[in-house]
Formats: sequence, structure tokens, C-alpha cells
Amino acid sequence: MSLYTLLGALEIGLIFSLVALGVYISFRLLRFPDLTVDGSFPLGGAVAAILISTGSDPFVATFAAMLAGAVAGLITGWLNVRLKIMDLLASILMMIALYSINLRVMGKPNVPLIMEPTVFNVLQPDGMADYVFRPLLLVLIVLLMKLLLDAFFATQTGLAIRATGSNARMARAQGVNTGLAVLAGMAVSNALVGLAGALFAQTQGGADISMGVGTIVIGLAAVIVGESLLPSRKLYLATIAVIVGAIVYRFFIALALNSDFIGLQAQDLNLVTALLVTVALVVPRLRQHWSGRKGG
Amino acid sequence: MSAFKSSKMLLGAMALATAFSAPVLAQQKSVAITAIVEHPALDAVRDGVKDQLAEAGFEAGKNLKWQYQSAQGNTGTAAQIARKFVGDRVDVIVAIATPSAQAVAAATRDIPLVFSAVTDPVVAKLVASSEASGTNISGVSDALELDKQIDLIKRIVPNATRVGMVFNPGEANSVVVVEQMRKLLPEHGMSLVEAAAPRSVDVGSAARSLIGKVDVFYTSTDNNVVSAYESLVKVGSDAKIPLVAADTGSVARGAVAAYGMDYYALGKQTGAMVVRILNGEQPGAMPFETSNILELHVNPKAAQSQGVSLSAELLESAGKVLD
Repeated sequence: MSLYTLLGALEIGLIFSLVALGVYISFRLLRFPDLTVDGSFPLGGAVAAILISTGSDPFVATFAAMLAGAVAGLITGWLNVRLKIMDLLASILMMIALYSINLRVMGKPNVPLIMEPTVFNVLQPDGMADYVFRPLLLVLIVLLMKLLLDAFFATQTGLAIRATGSNARMARAQGVNTGLAVLAGMAVSNALVGLAGALFAQTQGGADISMGVGTIVIGLAAVIVGESLLPSRKLYLATIAVIVGAIVYRFFIALALNSDFIGLQAQDLNLVTALLVTVALVVPRLRQHWSGRKGG
Repeated sequence: MSAFKSSKMLLGAMALATAFSAPVLAQQKSVAITAIVEHPALDAVRDGVKDQLAEAGFEAGKNLKWQYQSAQGNTGTAAQIARKFVGDRVDVIVAIATPSAQAVAAATRDIPLVFSAVTDPVVAKLVASSEASGTNISGVSDALELDKQIDLIKRIVPNATRVGMVFNPGEANSVVVVEQMRKLLPEHGMSLVEAAAPRSVDVGSAARSLIGKVDVFYTSTDNNVVSAYESLVKVGSDAKIPLVAADTGSVARGAVAAYGMDYYALGKQTGAMVVRILNGEQPGAMPFETSNILELHVNPKAAQSQGVSLSAELLESAGKVLD
């Protein structure tokens, strides 16, 4: 495996770690099974790509993509809180609706960003290769988002979101407006996913309507891999675990792409990825099992 | 058991052979090919490229390092495949269909990229114009001259005024064709009636919604439509609306006729460009090409069940008549 491949995996892993953080907020903190992600990821990409290609500043475009993601999350939350639609169904409705909305936003199924300015090539210092700079900048963005999230979830609103997720009835008894907490959590979660979509479109040559397919699966896999590698109940450690999980997941795909030497072929890629993730989930438990034996 | 053993020995022998022959083949060329998804037409392109390379003396496993990766429908994986190929420093990367080609174009500015089966490479920003790009990118487009397609529609159903198209609004290649048809058909005294099918399971119902509104169906190489072609054929024969296709593969599956390309031939044409680059030509000096081999295929049996009769002149001019 070449350095270029590794840095590529790191770069895409960092982008998807923002998705994983979003999924962590909805699925884990809020206990809201949110499939909106499959629509808000391409929404972020679509908004960023169309704004940049029509001449907007890439930073403004990226911020607009975050806002668009937040609005998508708000609507899913609103469908659930106000219209009393079951959480899973509310998010499915939003996911389906976003497919058409994304086509409207882009005006066509594919908006290329190959020569246009992006947040990456605008900031890139002279003499530094793009494949080195992109992961570096992404590390900064992801760390910044992680620290902001840690701080946010220590505020009154953040704590209200966590309380709503762990026990909504108790939270209401303590005077928490749980409806508002769901809306806030969903907005933050999907804003992160929208940001990921915007960054993805800017690093991979553009936005495509199909770019959302399977986002939720990758996000969930990253959360679970991260949690099993670095189990923790502390939020600031859990967010690190989730980021690590997303990156590890990408390294598994890179590994699977390089597994041709053992006779595996292109069509086996998803299977190999699934097997590697399974191993990652089982190994920590086995280790626990063995160390438990030694101790006993 | 013995078959297993012998295949294992064979593998061992091959490994040995490659180990010994490797130093001799220091000049070995490498080609990496990727597609966004597995699909009969896209797979045919890949096979065409491989066979053309072999004909030109670049044989996979012998003097050519050949690798193929499919993103299995996931754009994140497509991006990683692009990075891997660039990291492997291969001599030429072949990318089939728009999202894969864009992922590779974003990943490298120096390794030659040959795209294939991209309908409009200018709209996809892979190249700036139909001139030679001056960059690392060239390739083969699968765009068809739509005037010739409309001529065929007229030859099959001479008094048709309303042309129905089922298409996936999420597929760039397909939307390009629909937009051009919308502009071109009125020039020929006809109009376009569209029905969207965002998923392949929607193709049948989208086609049924057009019954009574159209005189003839025209099907482009839309992935959803091609994968659910049988459901269109059923609507066509139930409602006696003939189907005219853009690719010859669909004629065997029940379209009345197609004046179209064969994706395997498109792959061979792509392969020929790869060979030129392997032999030292610059991709930036090669303007992108469109399919140069078009063939008329007709299916009289389908014509009968869809309520049209084919003229003797049409049958005679056909490159292939299915029975």
C-alpha cells in the first residue's frame, strides 16, 4: 500500500468522521434512528457545488451547506416532534424528499468541481502537495468540530439533549423541553453531515446525486467500530473514538482494495470490508475474555 | 480434491513464474480500470478495453499489470479507488462512467486518464471542449447523434408525433439525452412526453403512465431503464406502443429496433486510445472521441407484438435481424 493510498484513506476517513459524529449525536445521544443522513450528505455536497460553480466563495458555500444540513435535520425533528410521526419514518420521509430536493438544488444530477476554487486549494500553501495538505486541513477541521461539540454538550442545551436521549420522561420531569432538545440535536447532527458532504464534493471532483447512497451505513459502522475499539462513557473520549472508527473503517476499505494478492477480486470488496469490520468488533471482546480469564 | 490440489500447484507455479519473470519485465506497463458499479454495459466496456489491449500485444498477467476495481455503487469507495490507482503510479487509468471519471480527475493531474461511457465529458468538466484537452485527460463518449435516432423513430412509426421517454432524473448521462431530445423533436414535428423513474422498480409504472399519451417509446442508455427493460417491453406489447432503443443490446431484449452502439465495441475503441498512450502519445494531444461504429439491429417478432410492421427496406439495411 502506497503513502498516497494511505493519505487518501485518511482524508476520506476524516470527512466521514464528521458523518460519524453526526450519527453519534442522533443515534447515541438522542436515541433517534435518523436516516436523513443519506439525503443531507448529498444536500451539503449539492449546495456547496452549485454555489462554488456559480462563483460563490468556497467558505461561504461550505457554511451554506452546513446550514442546509441543519435545516434538513430540523424538518425531520419537526415531523417527529410536532406532527407525531414515528422517528424512523420521519427520517425516511425526509431522506426520500431530499433526493428530489437535491436534484432541484443542482438542477441536474451532477455538478463537477474540478478546476474551481475549493477551501482546500485556496488555503494550500505553495510547495506543499495537495494530497498532504488536504488531510492536514481536515484534521484541523475535524478537531475543531470535536472540541466545539464537546463544549456544546456541556452547555444547558447540550445537557438537555443528552438527558432527552437517555430518559425523555425524566428529562421532562426536570423541566427540559424535550421537543426543542430533539430539534436542536437533529439540527447539529445534520449540520455536521452537510459539512461532510460539502468537503467531500470539494475533494472528489464534484457533487453527484448518488453520493448519499449508504452514508448512514458507513456512519453507523464507524460509530460502532470506534466504540468497540475505544469504549468509554465520557463524551470527549467517545467523540475521539467515533473519529478513530471512521478512519479505521476507511483503512479497512483500502486494505480490501489491496487484497488482490490473496486471489480476491473487485466484486469481493464489500464482503472483505464486512469481514474486516467483524474482526474489529470481535477482537476487543476476545481480548477482554482472555484478560478476564487471567485475572480470574 | 485432486482438482483443488492441482489448481493450488498451478497457482504456486504461476507465483514462481511471475517471481522469476519479474526482473525481465522491468518495462512492464500497468493499466488500472475502475467503474462506479457493475452493470452489463459497463462490464462490456471493461472487457472491450482488456481485449483490445491484448490484441495490441499488452496481455494482462503477461506483459501488462492489469487491475480492475468497482466502487459497488459507493462514491466514497470510488474516491478511494482513484487514490489507490494514483498511489500505484500506473501508466494509464481508465474510468468508466461520470462519477468514477470525476473522482480520478480530482485525484491526479499527471497520470493519463482515459474515460469511457461518459455521455457529455464537457458538461462533466473532464475536458474543456471537443478539442484536444492539453491535460492528462482524454477518452470516449457514448453520446449518439440524436438526429439519426429521430430518423429511425420516423422510419419505424412514420406518423408518430408524440415520443415517450422513461428516464432516471438522477442520472447525468440520461438527463443530457432527454434535454437534447426536448429541443430536437419539435424541429421534426414531434414532441417529447417524459416520465421519471428514480429507481429501476419504477420503470414499469412510469411507462404505464404514458399509455395513451405517446405513439412510440424511445429508450436511452439510462441505467434504470436498461436494467428493467423487460417491464417496458411488457407495456409496449400490452398497449401496442413500439419501442425504439439507443443500444443494440436492448433489441435482443424486446425493442423493435436500435441504431446504436455496442458497448463492447466502445470498450475496444477506448482500449485503442490506451494503447496509443502506452506507446508514448500524450492524452492531452488526443481530442475525445465518440463511438465510431453504429449498427442497426431490428427485431421483427417484437415489432409484431408491439403492433408495427417493418418495411422491407428497413429490414434490408439492418446490420442484424433477430429472429
